[in-house]
Amino acid sequence: MMQNYYLAIPLAPLFAAILAGLFGRLIGRVGAHSVTILGVGISFVLSLVVLNEQIGGAATYNAPVYTWLVSDGLSMQIGFLVDHLTALMMVVVTFVSLMVHVYTIGYMHDDPGYQRFFSYISLFTFAMLMLVMSNNFLQLFFGWEAVGLVSYLLIGFWFTKPSAIFANMKAFLVNRVGDFGFLLGIAGVVYYTGSLDYLAAFKAAPAIAQHSMVILDGNSWNAITVICVCLFIGAMGKSAQVPLHVWLPDSMEGPTPISALIHAATMVTAGIFMVARMSPLFELSDAALGFVMVIGATTALFMGFLGIVNNDIKRVVAYSTLSQLGYMTVALGASAYGAGIFHLMTHAFFKALLFLGAGSVIIAMHHEQDMRRMGGLRKYLPITYWTSLIGALALIGFPGFSGFFSKDALIDSVGLSHAPGAGYAQFCVTAGVYITAFYTFRMIFMTFHGQERMDHHTREHLHESPWVVTLPLVLLAIPSVFVGWFTVGPVLFGHWFDGVIYVAERHNVLGELAHEYTGQMGFVVEAFKAPALYLAAAGVASAWYLYLKNPALTDRIAAVMAPVIRVLDNKYWFDWFNENVLARGARALGRLFWKVGDEIVVDGVLVNGSARSVGWLAAVVRHVQSGYLYHYAFAMIIGLAAMLAWLLARA
Amino acid sequence: MITLPHFLVLSGILFSIAVAGIFLNRKNVIVLLMCIELMLLAVNFNFVAFSRWWGDVAGQAFVFFILTVAAAESAIGLAILVVLFRERKSINVENLDTMRG
Amino acid sequence: MLTTLLFYVFATILVGSAAGVVLSRNPVRAALFLVLAFFESSVLWLLLDAEFLGLVLVLVYVGAVMVLFLFVIMMLDINVAQLREGFTKHAPLGALVAGLMIAEIVYVVWVRHLGMNLPTSAPPLPVNYSNTHQLGQILYTDYMLPFQLAAIVLLIAIVAAIALTMRHRTGFKKQDVSAQVARRREEAVRIVKVDAEKAS
Repeated sequence: MMQNYYLAIPLAPLFAAILAGLFGRLIGRVGAHSVTILGVGISFVLSLVVLNEQIGGAATYNAPVYTWLVSDGLSMQIGFLVDHLTALMMVVVTFVSLMVHVYTIGYMHDDPGYQRFFSYISLFTFAMLMLVMSNNFLQLFFGWEAVGLVSYLLIGFWFTKPSAIFANMKAFLVNRVGDFGFLLGIAGVVYYTGSLDYLAAFKAAPAIAQHSMVILDGNSWNAITVICVCLFIGAMGKSAQVPLHVWLPDSMEGPTPISALIHAATMVTAGIFMVARMSPLFELSDAALGFVMVIGATTALFMGFLGIVNNDIKRVVAYSTLSQLGYMTVALGASAYGAGIFHLMTHAFFKALLFLGAGSVIIAMHHEQDMRRMGGLRKYLPITYWTSLIGALALIGFPGFSGFFSKDALIDSVGLSHAPGAGYAQFCVTAGVYITAFYTFRMIFMTFHGQERMDHHTREHLHESPWVVTLPLVLLAIPSVFVGWFTVGPVLFGHWFDGVIYVAERHNVLGELAHEYTGQMGFVVEAFKAPALYLAAAGVASAWYLYLKNPALTDRIAAVMAPVIRVLDNKYWFDWFNENVLARGARALGRLFWKVGDEIVVDGVLVNGSARSVGWLAAVVRHVQSGYLYHYAFAMIIGLAAMLAWLLARA
Repeated sequence: MITLPHFLVLSGILFSIAVAGIFLNRKNVIVLLMCIELMLLAVNFNFVAFSRWWGDVAGQAFVFFILTVAAAESAIGLAILVVLFRERKSINVENLDTMRG
Repeated sequence: MLTTLLFYVFATILVGSAAGVVLSRNPVRAALFLVLAFFESSVLWLLLDAEFLGLVLVLVYVGAVMVLFLFVIMMLDINVAQLREGFTKHAPLGALVAGLMIAEIVYVVWVRHLGMNLPTSAPPLPVNYSNTHQLGQILYTDYMLPFQLAAIVLLIAIVAAIALTMRHRTGFKKQDVSAQVARRREEAVRIVKVDAEKAS
């Protein structure tokens, strides 16, 4: 009977999504948000029950629910794997989703697509739960694609806005690149292990490591490395790692609630979750781990820089998300999967909080997102200000806040790692702390402090958002502050992930850290000996000096640093490269195939050419068809004589 | 002494005359039909000659069938000819070019 | 020796009459030459001990098919002069093809002996040999089905010939019994009240 209520967890939001989506007009706005909130609420409560059971020492549940088909010995099933990792993810996903549902009532209040929106986010919750609860690669891929689909639908939610359509197309296409790698990785797993099931594949994994595969002539690769890199390419697409990160900033075209839910807290962390889930595979390949680490470190630092120059409040948070995803990826590369997941969890709370805070500001500013036209909002939006400040402090790693524990543990574990690229990664994540603090507080200062730069009309209408908006802010602020304090011990240094995440002995950086761990207070005290905390403080201080104390200096620095700013403004030319080289190249190639391959070869030579040659032949042969019987008779007789002659000549 | 080749060559000559006849009388359908009869006769000659020389009467059975089919063929051919003449008041093959595309 | 002589005599007449079929100006003459050719063939078949077929050839071909030919020729008003136009136009080609075929056949038969050892003389016939009996023997046993099919072919030829030539002439009266029987009173009779008082 366990299975039934496990099944209810993803199905409740699905059912709600169907109700709100197909019968939205029938049940009305209140009906739509009631039914979806009820669905997600059921999921959340049941997820809490599951987590409680897991804390209480319940056994890992792993069983198929339904066998879709069996083909050539390969069984395709729907099944659940519920263990500590899954339980944690389920609670995070359903909690943030529930908060976002409530918040949406306020944010989307006047939108004509109200029911549609609720249907989408409920559908998203279903897909994400299917993804995390899966016990096999096929269902993982299903969830993976389903969340991608909902993401696509929601980025383009305002489908009359050309920029939104461009952004959702971009997100869709970039994710296809990643998904292709992911699919290849899954295919590799099936090819070598003959099973889609996680545990069967993991059991067979050490045997895969013996294999090598030839991809291009003369190059032999270790099979497990190839599989892991392919799987990670999937994660790069979904979790927006360089160079497949380009879609995430543009996804901010969608409504803010989904930026919080999908593009900050849950969906983009699917890649992190997936790699952690695949730890038995990744642990077998140092090369793949190094690759993961370098990509993550690059994302962590360089995407942070972009946050500094952006003026759109949502995009700053988006770049911050990119950077934080980079941190998590670095942790995975360092084999500190626990730290990655731990940061994922804390990040989900405080980044959702920051996004919803930004959304609250946007509501107050009448959908103005440019920070240069804000300032001094602190006194108009007190709840938003304080909750956003808590989110910001959690993000920069203020001692005691949730982000502090996860980020500090992450940086320490990278410091202990011996994986290839660890030195580079350590530099990136440490420097990233300063950058994070700088852009986060630049955003806080530009939005809530300083002079009021908005126009007169907007200022008159400034007021705090309704309770449905502020309640989720408060509810998210609570875990943003405390969740780290209470969970750092058991989740990170305890035995929470034992038997769930596999770490090779030589990679076990978290294990080493655990020896030094003496409790939360000790951890905080320890942090004062490390540079990260001082870097964060320096970041806040410099943001304060440059944006509040002496804004004139900012312009002078900008003038001096013009070339650097130019690079950042153009986002390292990734978009330029994609549009002008890849997209234009693909279009040129397509046009070449169209013009030469299709119009000339297929249409011209094959289709019209064959028709023309038949026509020509017929025109020639038509002269033979005179209609006179005796011509045919002559032809037959002459043919007969000729055939006889030929037979004789041969004999 | 008459041998098999004598008959075969005779039948060949007969056949070739018929072929030449088709070339000569290309306009006259009646004569064309007669030429075809002549050709069939030549073929029948071969059958009968081989049948005798091989001592197998089956060849003559084939002649029997050929005669049957030839009779049927000339009956229908002449019927068509009559209809044709009724339509065109002529049996000139030169005028029959409706099969032209 | 006599057989040889007879063969050459009849063969010569056969070839001559065949040439006559092809060359005659008048279709009636051509038909008569063809009759002669059939007679000669019949005789030559008798030399080949195929008595039944020789007689059938005369009976069926001369007696039926050629009569039919003559009948059609007589019935149709053929403009011979027009048909003879360009008679020699394709003569060289015809001669070439015919000559080529004769040369080929002679080469195969006379020179190459069909590529095998031909028996120099026909096998002797058994004492009480009856060609008709032999032919009947296989025709009604081994060739039973083809024999029936041949009968059907003839039947179809009859039907087809009638169907082709039958004319539906219109304009002359004939009795249609079913129409007469199906007639009803209402369709045929109209009762009109004539106003007797008012004479026009």
